[in-house]
Amino acid sequence: MPDPVEIFDRRAVRRNRDRAAPLLEHHDFLLREVAERLADRLLDVRRRFPVALDLGCHAGEIADTLGDRGGVETLVQCDLSEAMIRRAGGLRAVADEEFLPFAPASFDLVISNLSLHWVNDLPGTLHQIRSILKPDGLFLGAMLGGQTLKELRRAWLEAEIAEEGGAGPRVSPFADVRDAGALLQRAGFALPVVDADTIAVTYGDAMRLMADLRGMGESNAVRQRRKTFTRRQTLLRAVSLYQELYANGDGRLPAAFQVVTMTGWAPHPSQPRPLRPGTGTVDLADALDFPHDEKPPRLP
Amino acid sequence: MNERTPGIDPKLLEILVCPVTKGPLRYDAARQELISEKAGLAYPIRDGIPIMLPDEARPLEQETQAP
Repeated sequence: MPDPVEIFDRRAVRRNRDRAAPLLEHHDFLLREVAERLADRLLDVRRRFPVALDLGCHAGEIADTLGDRGGVETLVQCDLSEAMIRRAGGLRAVADEEFLPFAPASFDLVISNLSLHWVNDLPGTLHQIRSILKPDGLFLGAMLGGQTLKELRRAWLEAEIAEEGGAGPRVSPFADVRDAGALLQRAGFALPVVDADTIAVTYGDAMRLMADLRGMGESNAVRQRRKTFTRRQTLLRAVSLYQELYANGDGRLPAAFQVVTMTGWAPHPSQPRPLRPGTGTVDLADALDFPHDEKPPRLP
Repeated sequence: MNERTPGIDPKLLEILVCPVTKGPLRYDAARQELISEKAGLAYPIRDGIPIMLPDEARPLEQETQAP
């Protein structure tokens, strides 16, 4: 009996990445695009990050994108897949995001590019990330959000119902923006910020989209997924439904990836924080430049 | 294992801990393993890459543990 809390089969996540590693460069546009966006955000932070960790590094897209920018002197890369990590250079380790093998306060920065949406225990992982950060260290992580590939999901769902009389989970259930914000806070991050971007692309056909997903190692790893092979009829039905339901004027198929980006800092006394209630020393009337002898205006 | 087996980078050794216990690791250069006495596991190092997964680790036999 699988543990009910385990949504994802981590061995399947690892296997999917192992299989994707050799030809990743043909399917890595999304990884590269998000790496670029993460790098931009990092460069906006006017600070140096001497020792950084790329958590779930795939074949090293963050390292490639950052180069020597971002004030990072030492970049450690880790991934669940040995085949992926062998393609990344430099300091590296095979590691599971759910069981981080790093000592407390090891890093000035933990960055993560499209990996954390495969973690079962996101609260636990965030907690561990916070603890491996030095005080005032930054966590910057992007993962796929709940609005990702809605078109594909609907096409599959309807195809399975039509062809097989029932549907199993096929695309991973992603976290949404509000969940992620609450989790960051719960994990003890200061100044937590979560936002979402949509990366919209179009495909000539749905098979190509599915090939890219597989090629990025993003195949289904939901524990309750159907373990049998997909029936050809169902696949063809999903492909034609996608076309029917979503094709645009040029006959191309839109596919949207929602990227949820989390930012949080390991707490440090220098960070801004609210005063405790009742400890203010400035009169609100002075702050608002409001005469003390006048009665405040009443709201209607 | 030949003599040219790439060792693990000392910078990595400094920050790695056992993923299960978060306790210290002992580097066995001859066997190319990182040993967590507390977890009773030896994590392999392949081509200088530490494989920090409990699934891939070798369980330590009783007698090799510190007396």
